[in-house]
Amino acid sequence: MSNIRDARKALVTRILEGDGKAAHTQRRAAFDNAGLAGPLSSLINKVTTDAYQVGDEDIAAARAAGLTEDQIFEIVVCAAVGQTTRQHDTALAALQAATEKE
Amino acid sequence: MRLAILDHGHGIGTKALFAFIRAVSRQPTPEVVKLIMYLPDFFGTYMKKVTHEAMRGPSAWSVGDRELMAALVSQTNKCEFCIKAHTAVAVRAYRDEAKVSAALADLDTAAIEEPLRATLRMLRKLTREHAVDANDVRAVLAAGVSREQIEDALAVFFAFDTINRLADAFEFFVPGPKAFEAGAKFLLARGYR
Repeated sequence: MSNIRDARKALVTRILEGDGKAAHTQRRAAFDNAGLAGPLSSLINKVTTDAYQVGDEDIAAARAAGLTEDQIFEIVVCAAVGQTTRQHDTALAALQAATEKE
Repeated sequence: MRLAILDHGHGIGTKALFAFIRAVSRQPTPEVVKLIMYLPDFFGTYMKKVTHEAMRGPSAWSVGDRELMAALVSQTNKCEFCIKAHTAVAVRAYRDEAKVSAALADLDTAAIEEPLRATLRMLRKLTREHAVDANDVRAVLAAGVSREQIEDALAVFFAFDTINRLADAFEFFVPGPKAFEAGAKFLLARGYR
């Protein structure tokens, strides 16, 4: 069996707790898709629901709000990894529930 | 690419590597490589470990099966770059274009093994609806898929659902078929390290 558990944990720990250009609180808010205001919340909502709907205007709005490209990069990465992590956890919990009752 | 740093912000050594890739493949540097190589200590190095383990680590699923899973997750997310990239790898891994095309065109009627079909259905639901429940998983187990295989398939989901979001948010350039052929050849030979 492949095992991504440790690698997934290392990724999440790095992007949330390691050094970065965006503040830890902002990275955490993007990861959780909670507590972000204004133009960033629109960008992050799209990344976490239908990422193919992100448009140039969403990135432009984040820039206009004063974020650098590096900060936008980090925040979008956190939002993407956060959403996928929640979905992955849901499925792992379903697998646990399905095999416990067998 | 919507962020200029992802096109031009890499260090000198990485830019030299990109020039080498372009010279050898005679194709533009794939945008996913630009993403993974940008500030690799923040994201790329960690993501590569996850992806290589999911796609090439020990598993009862073949490399072709896992690449098809990646293509299907990408298709569900409507991520054009990743659909084309992983369809090309799956076709090459299986040496069976008809199988991959059929599975992606109509999962219910495609001539594929039932355990694979049940697993792809679960991945499609997880990707589209953002959740699956114990009954969804039981249907996969009933098709003869082991618990370990389900966990392996979910690892493929983790890698590609993440990359799909980033490919679309940053707007990866989608090149022609020859570029994806070159990419598929590389990924089969070298994996995601």
